[in-house]
Amino acid sequence: MFKIVKREEMAQGTVIMNEIEAPRIAAKARPGQFVIIKANETGERIPLTISDIDVGNGTITIIYMVVGKSTALFKTLPVGDAFQDVIGPLGKPTHIEKLGNVVCVGGGTGVAVLFPITRGFKNAGNKVISIIGARNKDLLILEDKMKSASTEFHVCTDDGSYGNKGFVTEVLKDVLDNNKIDLVVAIGPVPMMKFVSKITKTYNVKTLVSLNPIMIDGTGMCGGCRVIVEGKTQFACVDGPEFDGHQVDFDGLMKRLRAYEEDEKMAYEEHCKVFGDK
Amino acid sequence: MAEKSAKKEKIARQPMPEQAADVRRRNFEEVPTGYSEETAVLEAQRCLQCKKPACVAGCPVEVDIPGFIKHIAEKDFKGAIQKIWKKNSLPAVCGRVCPQEIQCEGLCIVGKKGEPVAIGNLERFVADMARNSGEGELPAKAAPTGKKVAVVGSGPAGLTVAGDLLLKGHDVTMFEAFHKTGGVLVYGIPEFRLPKDIVASEVETLEKIGLNIECNMVVGSIVSIEELFEEGYDAVFIGVGAGLPRFLNVPGEDLIGIYSANEYLTRANLMKGYLFPEYDTPIIRGKNVVVFGAGNVTMDSARTAMRLGADRVRVVYRRSREEMPARAAEIHHAEEEGIEFHLLTAPVRFVGDENGRLLQMEGLKMELGEPDDSGRRRPVPIEGSEFMLDCDLAVVAIGANANPLLTQSDQEITLNKWGYIEADPQTGKTTKKGVWAGGDIVTGSATVILAMGAGRIAADSIHEYLTWGW
Repeated sequence: MFKIVKREEMAQGTVIMNEIEAPRIAAKARPGQFVIIKANETGERIPLTISDIDVGNGTITIIYMVVGKSTALFKTLPVGDAFQDVIGPLGKPTHIEKLGNVVCVGGGTGVAVLFPITRGFKNAGNKVISIIGARNKDLLILEDKMKSASTEFHVCTDDGSYGNKGFVTEVLKDVLDNNKIDLVVAIGPVPMMKFVSKITKTYNVKTLVSLNPIMIDGTGMCGGCRVIVEGKTQFACVDGPEFDGHQVDFDGLMKRLRAYEEDEKMAYEEHCKVFGDK
Repeated sequence: MAEKSAKKEKIARQPMPEQAADVRRRNFEEVPTGYSEETAVLEAQRCLQCKKPACVAGCPVEVDIPGFIKHIAEKDFKGAIQKIWKKNSLPAVCGRVCPQEIQCEGLCIVGKKGEPVAIGNLERFVADMARNSGEGELPAKAAPTGKKVAVVGSGPAGLTVAGDLLLKGHDVTMFEAFHKTGGVLVYGIPEFRLPKDIVASEVETLEKIGLNIECNMVVGSIVSIEELFEEGYDAVFIGVGAGLPRFLNVPGEDLIGIYSANEYLTRANLMKGYLFPEYDTPIIRGKNVVVFGAGNVTMDSARTAMRLGADRVRVVYRRSREEMPARAAEIHHAEEEGIEFHLLTAPVRFVGDENGRLLQMEGLKMELGEPDDSGRRRPVPIEGSEFMLDCDLAVVAIGANANPLLTQSDQEITLNKWGYIEADPQTGKTTKKGVWAGGDIVTGSATVILAMGAGRIAADSIHEYLTWGW
């Protein structure tokens, strides 16, 4: 069992932070890697990228948006309760090195995944320009943490309720126009990563994206997480989760993410009937 | 004497009672229902008690087959299970999934003139009886040696190594990457062929003898082999299985509705997708299903699809019936359940709708040409024989390759050109001191009992090493 030692609700309760006791994982995990979490005996295996690691306390932090039955179930667990299974660290860590100027673009809960990577690049001596976005001010997460991990920091909201009005891509264009950028890291909803990659391609700037397809084992055994990269089949769990954004078939990924849409909807509705809405 | 054996031959091989095909094709209950006591005793009486039993020579773990059968004939079922346990720690599993027809039963003398003694059915009977009566006394254990062994992977090879070394007094810890132990016995082989309670019970027995189990441990990622030694382990056995699915590499293979057999069976078995939404993991329930391949895993996938409500399930295989690697019994069971076989047929591409969901496959008819490297006649496409087939679920069950996750994490373990671990067939020793390997990660996809045989060999060698040195 993996005990929850800290829990926070963010973005008006739509996003949850759990700090979980997992000393072996904490000792090994590096930015960019993920864990697979299963709440209980009948639960599903859900991949979640690690948002923070505390080696001293032997804990890892995960941040997830409540989107279906499994995450709704996670949300019901209070501090002191535990996840039955946490498996990791899985996937390849982000290759962090001193490159010069790095732009970190995050959207929605992708910001949670982006945070340790941003901090890593800054600690490696890069100038880090971060751009994070959300639909509105209330849905923005980890603003302070991201700010502290960045050299230069921008916030966008779709409705203009905070920071720049509009999408992260607009600020990104500005940044690309005015700086010589060596690497862009973009993590967020698939459409965001797709459009960021489209823009950076025109500037010919290398772009890393972190993919989160449906997975089962996370060890390369089932192939459920396959994505097409550079025309070739890759397994996000072991070949990724990070890939060259200019080579990823995002449309294919978006389709595959909807494979169980109807089942998921039905399971979530059943869950809500039992636990009440939210 | 002559009179006695003549009498024995008169008893016909006792058939295994089974659920009727039209019933079982829609449920996940076990297909064979097991011998009764009377049937088992009758079947046991067919054994000639050969002085030099050929059957034992055909068993990779050398179970004293005439020995345990004699106890059954005498209705001493406790004695029978003790005999088996001396050589085989997973009899309830082996009685169900071993290919007896090419091993023990294939060499049975009674089988020369008629049907061989039903050794597998008898083994299963004894194991089930011991489990159900709860009086399976635990085998005797040697005094503690103070030596620690890490077993990586909890499938048939690992369970055998663990069982053997525990009895020899070693302190054994088993590491499993999944959240549940059993490896392929749990994620791969379906409930209707091997009930999961049985696997759990076999593992429990090992725990009672003293096995430590650590699940959720992806060795190679959370801990390296080298670190296991640093943590105080004196020897390591690697039995992680093959674990990398092969795909067809034809266009459209990433459409929704196309699974590797590993994914399909893991969703169904380990995650209990067939019980969705009681269990949270969904699984696509196809109406028109195609399954590629012709091995036991192909049959397991096809029969699972039928049980999940398919109207038609077609097995598509590019060679002919003769080359099908599945056990005859599995093919027979599948046919009885209404699975269709489209032999000498190969997939060319898949076609989907605008949402990326599978709609059709394009196939091509083949004919057999000259023998290829494997000695089998090579399937050659027949020009202009393309055809379209409607399907909403496809399962690719054409075998597995070596998963590099663990093996690439240690440079001292030498691999062959396909990525499998080089291990001495006589001992299971790898090129790294203190590390053994066995099962599919050495041989490529094979059977449960061959993995157990490899586990046995490695366990003997590990014991020798812990006693005398490398």
